[in-house]
Amino acid sequence: MKELSEFTVVNHSVPRGDGIAKVTGSAVYTSDMVVEHMAWAKVLRSPFARARILSIDISAAKSLPGVIDVLTGDMLKGLHPYYGHGVKDHPLIAIGQVRFVGEPVAAVIAEDELTAQEALGKIAVEYEELEAILDVDTALAQGTPRIHETDFADGAFRGFDDFPGASGNICQAVHVEWGDVDAAFAAAAHIAEGEFYFPMVYAYAMEPYVAIANYESKGYLTVYSSAQHPFMVRHDLAQVFGLPLNSVRVIVPYIGGGYGSKSYTKIEPLVAACSWKSGRPVKLQLSVEEAFLTTRGDDARVRIRTAVDAQGKLVGRQATIHLNTGAYAENSPMVCRKAANRIVGPYRIPNVKIDCLAVYTNTVPASSYRGLGGAQVTFPSESQIDELAEMSGCDAVEFRLKNLAESRESIHPGMRPIDADVPGDVREAARSLRMTRPLQPGHGRSVCCSASDAGAHPVTLAMVQVYADGSVSVLSGSTEIGQGSHTVLTQIAAEEMGVPLEKVRLVGSDTAVTLFERSTGASRTTTLMGRAVLEACREAIAQCKAMAADVLKVSPDALVEERGGIRCGETRMSWPQVLEKYFQMEGCSIIGRAYLRKAGDLTLVPVFWEIGIVGVEIALDEETGSISLDSLVTIGDVGLAIHPAMTEGQDLGAATMGLGVGLFEELIYDGQQLMNGTMLEYRVPRFSDLAHNIETKLVQNRDGVGPYGAKGGGEGAVNPISPCIANALCQATGVRIRRLPLTPERVWKALQEKQSQASRK
Amino acid sequence: MKISFTLNGKNANLDIEPRETLAEVLRGRCRLTGLKVSCESQVCGSCTVLVDDLPVSACTFLAYEARGKRVTTIEGLADESGRLHPLQQAFLDHFAFQCGFCTPGMILAAKALLDERPEVTDAEIVAHMNGNLCRCTGYLPILKAIRQAATELRERK
Repeated sequence: MKELSEFTVVNHSVPRGDGIAKVTGSAVYTSDMVVEHMAWAKVLRSPFARARILSIDISAAKSLPGVIDVLTGDMLKGLHPYYGHGVKDHPLIAIGQVRFVGEPVAAVIAEDELTAQEALGKIAVEYEELEAILDVDTALAQGTPRIHETDFADGAFRGFDDFPGASGNICQAVHVEWGDVDAAFAAAAHIAEGEFYFPMVYAYAMEPYVAIANYESKGYLTVYSSAQHPFMVRHDLAQVFGLPLNSVRVIVPYIGGGYGSKSYTKIEPLVAACSWKSGRPVKLQLSVEEAFLTTRGDDARVRIRTAVDAQGKLVGRQATIHLNTGAYAENSPMVCRKAANRIVGPYRIPNVKIDCLAVYTNTVPASSYRGLGGAQVTFPSESQIDELAEMSGCDAVEFRLKNLAESRESIHPGMRPIDADVPGDVREAARSLRMTRPLQPGHGRSVCCSASDAGAHPVTLAMVQVYADGSVSVLSGSTEIGQGSHTVLTQIAAEEMGVPLEKVRLVGSDTAVTLFERSTGASRTTTLMGRAVLEACREAIAQCKAMAADVLKVSPDALVEERGGIRCGETRMSWPQVLEKYFQMEGCSIIGRAYLRKAGDLTLVPVFWEIGIVGVEIALDEETGSISLDSLVTIGDVGLAIHPAMTEGQDLGAATMGLGVGLFEELIYDGQQLMNGTMLEYRVPRFSDLAHNIETKLVQNRDGVGPYGAKGGGEGAVNPISPCIANALCQATGVRIRRLPLTPERVWKALQEKQSQASRK
Repeated sequence: MKISFTLNGKNANLDIEPRETLAEVLRGRCRLTGLKVSCESQVCGSCTVLVDDLPVSACTFLAYEARGKRVTTIEGLADESGRLHPLQQAFLDHFAFQCGFCTPGMILAAKALLDERPEVTDAEIVAHMNGNLCRCTGYLPILKAIRQAATELRERK
């Protein structure tokens, strides 16, 4: 294996490939695009959480000058209008009934946005309101009607083990069990037990959902979209329109933030249907308020108990997780699976029993949110670890170290052994936070950790094109959502091909041009696409070598590979020279390719364990209940950082996103209505929330299956930060809060409660 | 209605609807799409442009109000030879963006601050930039970039 010091491009914080474009305003996002003859769509949304649509009168809207067409759910004849990669339960526009406030009921296609908006007001919809099912308990209760009256067809992924399916108001049920939990609890020395609540959250990608679709009469569909997974969108569109895969082209320009909220299919089928109906290219740009009504994160109620023996060793964990999945499945079946897996954490626990349900309600559909179930379950699990440490009379860091799985040890029977040094990471975080320093009044410290089965299903295909002038293109179906993959992938190609980074171009995110990549999520791109690019480069080099042997009329064995070319005795040839001599022509190029699938060392799941390590010191204002961060430490156990600065940036970004849920983010429903679905009322972290001291550290043990031993990052730190804050608060005050966010009001009330209890005693 | 203003140093004469916001005019009519629109309610700062050197939220600022004034967008920040403004360079150097959607607004808001207060402190940067949201970076790289640009601009004087 190449030593770290031998890398010339990889493991260096090179300039971002998209940097100049993004600081000069020339980077083009879908929201910036216009196409010839483009019309605009606007969407009429349901005012009811659950209702039958009795009639829709579009005549007045249609006769408004400038209106081209109107689309409603009864005009979809010839299409397969229900989509979904897990369950095909999602109509591209409401058909016969609505299931949440905000669901699209009609779309107006007009020459301009304003006319489309005006026409919405002229559509008359008659509803028969039905009793809404707004929470998980009601949805699960005997006698509650079904939100979806029929079982829906399986999506592309149903039948794989991640999507076992369910029925009724249960969208998905996952059971994880090993050992004998009952016996473990019966023999335990201490048991911590509690109910925790992780709120409903909104990712707030700053670019709201937007797509442009052009359905051509000859059956070609081209879609530009701010989407993380273009190939999943292509799949759903091909199904909806009954088109072959080569006739659906999904192109993804720069994406203005994703964080999971732009994974899988969102508005694309609706926009494509608007184009199909009107015969015009159509753009639909949602506002942020509409984005709030499109996708959110699953809120979770977790009943959990964990047991230790007299030596302070974890002996059992049992949990019931209820996810409020909203009106449609989206990616919640996967969130359900992952939440069930991830609640175990990076610990060795011999007896485990987890039940997780994703439950339909008449609220905004929930789907992927950074951490994919990890944040929802790490809050209860890591809170409880601190409770058990206290019961055992043990320091919380020492307690963790005693129970954390060592590198190569198994935490989930049958899954990949843990490919990280979690105890080392926790020690490093504790050292960085200087845990042994005396605490000021109102201050508390904690280090928390998480382990996520990351990478998703490993099917990743890539090509590199090597040109006879020494330039190289990487053709990748991964999308650039800001994580820096377009830079990292070119670094790998430059390293392997021995060419300057400036000569490597990334061609990406166009399903007609690049090979299949399942998704850009689950922190997989560096690990899987990075490895595919590396292997594609090696394949191109193998071709070049054969060509060189042919040109030099020697056996391939006589060739020695050197950086950027070969040597044969005293003769040296660069790859461009080989190509030119071989083809006897200028300007040629060859393609190296790689097809990764679930085979070889990618057979075991997960692709890698993504470790989240966060340490915080909080400062509490006891007068107001307001918490601020004095110190924040993140440890990125990433195997090898292809780009160290961006890797650290991912950890800080994830921790900050998690900080928002820890301290102030929560979507609030009052009955059927989402009450705070605007950025005026939904508070996300700002500059002033920045911790006073921040350290972002990397651990590079090269223990992953990715290129050069790399593993993914970017989602780990979002998981442990909220329990870290809750634990630090408990250390500072003795108050344990089991519900997020830790708003000043909630903290202040808990402090008052504790004081009044103390005075009663 | 016809209005004119100075746009990135050049004269702009436009025929607009009275209701149009500066963001609509700059993005739609002038095709200066470096300006990004997100919250549309003066919370996020992504649509920040400079009008007579002061930051405004173009999403809620009527284009009419810009008549006769100097409007600067991200496209007008590099000098005529294409050399980046120290803030742009500093954002590159510190990886002070990821998705980049907030970046034009961030840079312009920071420019207004540094133009007014070359000897800026961290506390002043944080206070001034609190109206610009970023969901990717966690802000620290942006703070570092603004510090570096402040130093660079002071040294140039």
